[in-house]
Amino acid sequence: MDYFVNVTLTGLTQGMIYSAFALALVLIWRSTRIVNFAQGSMAAATTFIALALIQAGQSYWVALIVALLSGFLLGAIVERVIIRPVEGGPELNAVIVTLGLFVAIQAAIAIIFGSSFQSFPTPFGVRGFEVGDTTIPLTPTSLYIIGSVLLTMALLVALFRFTRIGLAMRASAFSQEVARLLGVKVGSMLTLGWGLAAVVGSLAGLLIAGGTFVWPAYMDALIVFGFVAAIIGGLDSPVGAIVGGLILGLALSYVSGYAPRGSALVNISALVILIVVLLVRPGGLFSSTTARRA
Amino acid sequence: MPETHGSTAVSATGGTAAGGTATTTRLLEVENLTSTYGPVRALDGVSLSAEAGRITAVLGANGAGKTTLLRTVSGLVRPVSGRVVLDGEDITKAPVEAMVGKGMAHVPEGRGVISELTVEENLRVGALFRGKVGNEEYDRVYDLFPRIAERKNNAAHTLSGGERQMLVIGRALLAKPRVLLLDEPSLGLAPRIVAQIFGLLRKLVDSENLSVLLVEQNARSALSVADVGVVLNLGRVVVTDSARTLMADEDLRHAYLGF
Repeated sequence: MDYFVNVTLTGLTQGMIYSAFALALVLIWRSTRIVNFAQGSMAAATTFIALALIQAGQSYWVALIVALLSGFLLGAIVERVIIRPVEGGPELNAVIVTLGLFVAIQAAIAIIFGSSFQSFPTPFGVRGFEVGDTTIPLTPTSLYIIGSVLLTMALLVALFRFTRIGLAMRASAFSQEVARLLGVKVGSMLTLGWGLAAVVGSLAGLLIAGGTFVWPAYMDALIVFGFVAAIIGGLDSPVGAIVGGLILGLALSYVSGYAPRGSALVNISALVILIVVLLVRPGGLFSSTTARRA
Repeated sequence: MPETHGSTAVSATGGTAAGGTATTTRLLEVENLTSTYGPVRALDGVSLSAEAGRITAVLGANGAGKTTLLRTVSGLVRPVSGRVVLDGEDITKAPVEAMVGKGMAHVPEGRGVISELTVEENLRVGALFRGKVGNEEYDRVYDLFPRIAERKNNAAHTLSGGERQMLVIGRALLAKPRVLLLDEPSLGLAPRIVAQIFGLLRKLVDSENLSVLLVEQNARSALSVADVGVVLNLGRVVVTDSARTLMADEDLRHAYLGF
């Protein structure tokens, strides 16, 4: 029983990180119809900025804030300078550009920060809480991960639901031409959207790095899981991204925890889950194709 | 004041506005506008004007350039040559986003409802650029269109065609425009709904001194509500005259208007 709870909590915690990364992809897909393959490299870059600050003696929290802010700037600059020229063009152009960016940023990280493995700290312990004289399989770090992702999602929901700028961003994402005719500065909204998405992606990168090692390509596994989670959810639905991330996190944790030689099966399981979901519901679990009809 | 206009513009005498205010101003002037879609000249030297308190109907067959005209006027399509002047200001090169702030609202073809947003959110997007807008302005739109008031918290994709048209007109009104560009509002609507919407439009034009540039394939309905009609064919103005005169011209109706 203890083992099952432990595996489930691990799955939920990992799933939260997948959800965050998938959400970053979905935010960009919804507004610009571009799959941002560079999301992982961009997140890795901000993690290395955080690491440099921590190594220079700053606290984890200062480093976290600076990393998220630099994530926003990086996302906004990438949209304005690199993505803007290919927006609205053939889809393949944008794909090639973000793939190129993925490689270029990873190379830049290696040049600036080196390509060796470095340990990244976590602000909280990884030992379970003690209740009486037993240790429960819930660690402060997993609480921090779950809490920070939930807080970020709540802030995003509040932004999109209750603020004028959030409404302008949604209008721009759903119907650029109509939004422009109504006086919404669509270009600025897209820049803002990429910036916010990069913040969420950076958060995922910082969380997955906590208590382990980072190197320029450390995000590669998370990119794959994030994509799978986003596609399970339908790529178009923020709720779908979150649910997709949690489903994937739990499923992979059970595979890794229960199947014989389970940890070796994790990657292939992600693909099996993806294929099964797409066979049953080709648009993903939360696809809004019917709503998009008119 | 802009320079003297070409000979095609004829001051309107028909319609209900004729007996009212004599001080009609040319709010919107389109001068010699030419737009291309690739090798095709969709607009070929089109000149027309729209006056305050008047409905100007732009008529013609499919492919006559009606939609391109509206899209060029509102900046979605950049013209090759010619000018668009709004109340004396040359807006030919102004960005699309700025048009609504200058007093021009464009309701595009296919209604332009943002279907993922709720009815109320659609209206709020229409008022975004004005900053804070009081509830009474939304209530006014809901009073004009009680049918969308009942559905204000529904997603816009659940609306019927007529309700969508009401929503986009209401949304355009929230921008407090002086010139309203309407692209095929009757498309796909039952005649009864068309009559209702056109009747409401007439009332708004008369009470708010609004200028409407109405693009329509449904020439009979459009002329019945309009003051002035402009007939386009293959990107050129064939004739500009009062709606009443155009209605009476049987040859013209047969040749270009299909009724």
